[in-house]
Amino acid sequence: MQLEAMYQEVILDHYRNPHNKGLREPFEGEAHHVNPTCGDEATVRVHLDGAGRDAVVADVSYDAMGCSISQASASVMTDLVIGKSVKEAMGVGEEFLALMQSRGQDVDLDEDVLEDAIAFAGVSKYPARIKCALLAWMAFKDATARALGEAA
Amino acid sequence: MTLLPEEIKKDFPLLQRTVRGGNPLVYLDSGATSQKPVQVLDAEREFYERHNAAVHRGAHLLAEEATDAFEAAREKVARFVGAVPGEIVFTKNATEAINLVAYAMSNAATSGPEAERFRVGPGDEILVTEMEHHANLVPWQQLCRRTGATLRWFGITDEGRLDLSELDSLVNERTRLVALTHQSNVLGTVPPIELIAAKARQVGALVVLDAAQSVPHMPVDVASLGADFLAFSGHKMLGPTGVGVLWGRGELLEAMPPFITGGSMIETVTMEGTTFMPPPQRFEAGSPNVAQAVALGAAVDYLSDLGMENVHAHEVALTGYALERLGEIAGVRVIGPGTTEARGGAVSFTVEEIHPHDVGQVLDELGVEVRVGHHCAKPICRRFGIPATTRASFYVHNTLADVDALADGIRQAQKFFGTA
Repeated sequence: MQLEAMYQEVILDHYRNPHNKGLREPFEGEAHHVNPTCGDEATVRVHLDGAGRDAVVADVSYDAMGCSISQASASVMTDLVIGKSVKEAMGVGEEFLALMQSRGQDVDLDEDVLEDAIAFAGVSKYPARIKCALLAWMAFKDATARALGEAA
Repeated sequence: MTLLPEEIKKDFPLLQRTVRGGNPLVYLDSGATSQKPVQVLDAEREFYERHNAAVHRGAHLLAEEATDAFEAAREKVARFVGAVPGEIVFTKNATEAINLVAYAMSNAATSGPEAERFRVGPGDEILVTEMEHHANLVPWQQLCRRTGATLRWFGITDEGRLDLSELDSLVNERTRLVALTHQSNVLGTVPPIELIAAKARQVGALVVLDAAQSVPHMPVDVASLGADFLAFSGHKMLGPTGVGVLWGRGELLEAMPPFITGGSMIETVTMEGTTFMPPPQRFEAGSPNVAQAVALGAAVDYLSDLGMENVHAHEVALTGYALERLGEIAGVRVIGPGTTEARGGAVSFTVEEIHPHDVGQVLDELGVEVRVGHHCAKPICRRFGIPATTRASFYVHNTLADVDALADGIRQAQKFFGTA
C-alpha cells in the first residue's frame, strides 16, 4: 500500500505529539489561514527578536484544526524555523514549497535544510493534500510579514 | 430489500476502470457528480455528429433538427417532473437556476407592475434553513444585502431533521420567500415540503426548492409538492456537466423579469430599448447548452426506463444497509437521520480521532471514492461542532458489496491510525 509512503512515521509522530502547539505571547504578527476546500484552519503567531530580514524567529506558536498532514506540517514547521533568522526561515519555506510542488518527481532539494520536512515528499504526489501541508507555512509567512510591518 | 439489477454497472464505462494500484473502483460520490451511462454519452456524441447547429434561428435542415432535439429534451425533462415544457428553463447548473430567481427578484425593483410580487425590501423576510447547500444560501444572503430584506432560517435537530418547532413564527406575514432543500446533500434529510409549502402559501410567500439531490433519486412531481420553483442539475442525474434546470410555475415565469440578457431572449431591440420573449426563452440568453440538454434528455430516458420508484427503493435499501454496517463500527458517528425514513442516500459520518481527510485518503487507496470536507454546507458542520465529515452517496449502479467495501475501508483506516 502507498499509504505508508505518504504517512511517514515522522508525520504520524508529529501528528500525535505536536510541538509548539497552543497560542503564546509575546508575538508581533499573527495570521489565520483557511483551506476553503476542506475547512481546515490554522492560526500562527510569530515573535521576532530584532528587525528586518536578519531578525531571529524567537518563537512560533499556533492553533490548528485539521487532518494529520496539516497538523504534522505545522509542528514540523515550528521546529524548523524557531531560532533561525527570518531570511533563513523563508529559505526553508521556499524549499518546502518546491518539495510540495514536485508532484513526487525528484527535484534538486537541500535535504539538510528540510530535515523532518522531507517526510512530506510522499504527500506531494496527492494534489488534494498539498494545501494541507502548506497551510501552516503560508500562515507563518503572512504572520512574519505582519511582524515585520510589511503587510497590514 | 429491492435492489436494481447489478448489470446496470456495465452501462457505465468509467466504472470499469481500476484505480490506485489496480483496485476496482467503488464510486460512492454520486452526490457530488454522477457517472454517465453509455446511452448518455452516445446521445451527446450523436448530436454533434449528426445534428449540430444553432437553435431557434436559421432555416436550414440542421437548424431544424437541432431545435427539435433541444425542444424534445425540454419535453422529456418536463414530463420527468410533472411539468409542462414552457415551464422548463435550461441553465448552466442548479446554482445558476437559483441565482436566476434571486437576481430576477433584484431586477423586479426596476421592472413594471407585473413584477410586483417578486420585489423585496426592508421589513421583508427570506426564510432558508441551516441545512442548505451554499448554492441555496449565499444567493439569498446576497439578495438580502442588495435589497435590505432580512434572512431568517430553520435550525436542525440533533437527529439531523429540520427543526419545525418555530414554523409558525418563522413563516409569517413578512415572509416573501422560503428557499429550502428537497434533500440535504450532507444529512440525506428530506424535509416535509408539502407542509412548509402549504404554510408559505397561506402567507403569500414563494417557495424555491433546491432539488439537486432529489430529482436524481426519487419520483418528483411539481404539482403535488406545492413549490413555485425547483432547481436541479444535469450532472447529478447521469447527465453531462454544463446543464441545469429551473422549473417555475407558469404564471410566475410569465411575470418575472430576466436575469441574464442578450441574444435569444429578445422580441425586438432598438437603440432605445428592448422587449423580451415569453418564458422559457426569456431566461435563456445567448447560445444555449444544446448538446448537454439533449444528453440530459437521454439521462431522463435512462432513469425513466429504470423507473424512479425503483431507483428510490434501491437507494433506500443501500442506505439502510450502510446505516447498519456503519453502526457496527465503534467510533463511527452518522451525521444525519439514523433511519431511512424521509431520508435519501447521502450518508455522512465522522470517525473518532481520524480527520475526514485521512479517512478519505485510506478509502481512496482502496479504490473507494467518497467525498470529504464540508460539502458546500459549512453551517451544518458548525451546527454539529465538527470541522468536516466523510460522505458516501449512492446511485443506481451501487451494490451491497460497495457498502461492505466502505465499512471495511473505515476499519482499515482505524487500524492504520491506531484508533481501534
